[in-house]
Amino acid sequence: MASAAASSSGHAVTPKDSHGAPALKVADAPRELEREPLVLNQRPLGWITNAIAGVCENPMPKWWWPAFVVSFGGMVMMFSLIAYLVSTGVGVWGLNQPADWAWDITNFVFWIGIGHAGTLISAVLFLLRQKWRTSVNRAAEAMTIFAVACAGIFPVFHTGRVWFALLPGFLFPAPNANEIWPQFRSPLLWDVFAVSTYGTVSLLFWYVGLIPDLATLRDRAKGFLRRFFYGLFSLGWTGSNRNWSNYEKAYLLLAGLSTPLVLSVHSIVSFDFAVSVVPGWHTTIFPPYFVAGAIFSGFGMVLTLLIPLRTLFKLEDVITIRHVELMCKVLLATGSIVGYAYGMEFFIAWYGGSPYELYAFKNRAFGPYWWSYWSMITCNVISPHFFWFKKLRSNVVFVWIVSIFVNIGMWFERFVIIVTSLHRDYLPSSWGYFTPSWVDVMTFVGSFGLFMTLFLLFIRFLPVIAISEVKGVTPQADPHHPLGGAKGHH
Amino acid sequence: MSASTLKPHGLLAEFGTAADIFEAAIRCRDAGFSKWDVYTPFPIHGMDEAMGVKKSPVGWFTFCGGLTGFTTGMTMIWYMNKFDYPLVVGGKPLFTPLYAFPVSYELTILLSAFGTLFGMFFLNRLPKLYNPLFKNARFKKATDDRFFIVIEAADPKFSLEATRAFLAEKCHAAAVELVED
Repeated sequence: MASAAASSSGHAVTPKDSHGAPALKVADAPRELEREPLVLNQRPLGWITNAIAGVCENPMPKWWWPAFVVSFGGMVMMFSLIAYLVSTGVGVWGLNQPADWAWDITNFVFWIGIGHAGTLISAVLFLLRQKWRTSVNRAAEAMTIFAVACAGIFPVFHTGRVWFALLPGFLFPAPNANEIWPQFRSPLLWDVFAVSTYGTVSLLFWYVGLIPDLATLRDRAKGFLRRFFYGLFSLGWTGSNRNWSNYEKAYLLLAGLSTPLVLSVHSIVSFDFAVSVVPGWHTTIFPPYFVAGAIFSGFGMVLTLLIPLRTLFKLEDVITIRHVELMCKVLLATGSIVGYAYGMEFFIAWYGGSPYELYAFKNRAFGPYWWSYWSMITCNVISPHFFWFKKLRSNVVFVWIVSIFVNIGMWFERFVIIVTSLHRDYLPSSWGYFTPSWVDVMTFVGSFGLFMTLFLLFIRFLPVIAISEVKGVTPQADPHHPLGGAKGHH
Repeated sequence: MSASTLKPHGLLAEFGTAADIFEAAIRCRDAGFSKWDVYTPFPIHGMDEAMGVKKSPVGWFTFCGGLTGFTTGMTMIWYMNKFDYPLVVGGKPLFTPLYAFPVSYELTILLSAFGTLFGMFFLNRLPKLYNPLFKNARFKKATDDRFFIVIEAADPKFSLEATRAFLAEKCHAAAVELVED
């Protein structure tokens, strides 16, 4: 029982415990700093199960069906337009010399960037032991996977005759008609591996997190179909501690793997540009700048989705104002990095002494696309700085509106980088002006339909918050806390 | 019980709080049981030490997956761009690990993740198609807000009466039930 006494004496650690040295007489251990609880109103464990599992067990509220029909319609429109593109040719998008990349790659970078917040929350904040992540990670990870699904569509279909890209030769490592293998020096090929790895690993990580919650749903399920499918996907999970032990180690390792992965993915996306010799793209600041921008845009989207979700499903005790505030602080930090990067790009364009580079940047701000540049600056540089003020951070309506601005701003950032750099490069004789076609616009609008369809189905069938993880950060889960039933300690 | 023709699977003891099951797990460990387990709706911090469970070896699966991924990436690119069809681009060397690195790096992570996932499944014997515990109505709460200990009948120290008394009196279980196979 000696070890039992040592382990159950909890956090009142003296130097003797950690170093085995003779006991020093110390004053009472400092009381732990009181932190705001992560689940408000001291909700019991059973309440957490009911509140979260209830969302996908009870009939959906009235707004769900109209929302689903509209989103589904958008998705159908997008796939129809893609069929039109494949059958007619890539010219149905407004792409032409000199802007061979425009909305397609803008949308790709936009969506893949949104995905990054999910991985940041699920992996990086896990490694940093930020317990508040448990209330938001499930929805953020779902958002990641759906955003990567939307992102993948654009680079695949901008190749036009997509069967040449997918089957032999260019994207996947298979020899083409001339028995030539893909060219592995190209960042475009690195991108294929980065994005497909990212999508796959995000899905695995999400699924691992879901297993215990699927078991909870299985044990509560009423109908046959639900019992069957939740039973199938929960794999016979019991919550055995011998299983939890391997599970937690696997979860930690997956978090450790996802962290370098998420940093590498947007770095490699930025190599698509940085490795080229186009003025405005050929800069070494791109990888960190893209990663910060990705996290910024992703947190914008997380807030856009979760603020309505917590209100509509009455989850305010689990996704609290403190969660919203913390995410606003992440927006503030990453938004400041993005603003710094915009400034530094201009400085280097001048300091680097290349007239082409300097022109590219002057042209960005004051050329024919000035409106897109200043939209970007307004949304990305100015709007996050409202979050210095607690009053604004804790006003959910205000935060929601700013989060929309962040989404818009980050789309413009990618548009600015891609189109303003391409439309005027070295030779004035080959300058041009890109205008999107209606197919461009409606395909992008339709990709939101796909995203929202997937998200609404996620709300309908899966727990929107990680039930077991939220329980794990409550005081009731701590065997050394009075609320966990401990007697005599603290 | 006597009317049943089924073999006993083990004894199921229910607990109400994290602290109760934590103390009970320490008692079970110290009583020298080997085929037993604690069932909780979330992992309880420190339970591995309380139960005397060894450190999880999942990391080895991750490592093997990662090594396979990195080797596959480097070998694949060397084979494709230097050996099978030498591809000269910009007069640069046909193969260097530098340009092969990003793809190998992604494959390292991809296969490490698969190694971790399937390693965890293998160690946990998942998916598991049949488990006698699921026949017990109480046990449904193991994924909600109750805590359980199961001592299996296959344990050499298991004895229906003595173990039942041990769980009820020494471990202060809220309820003890027999689970049949």
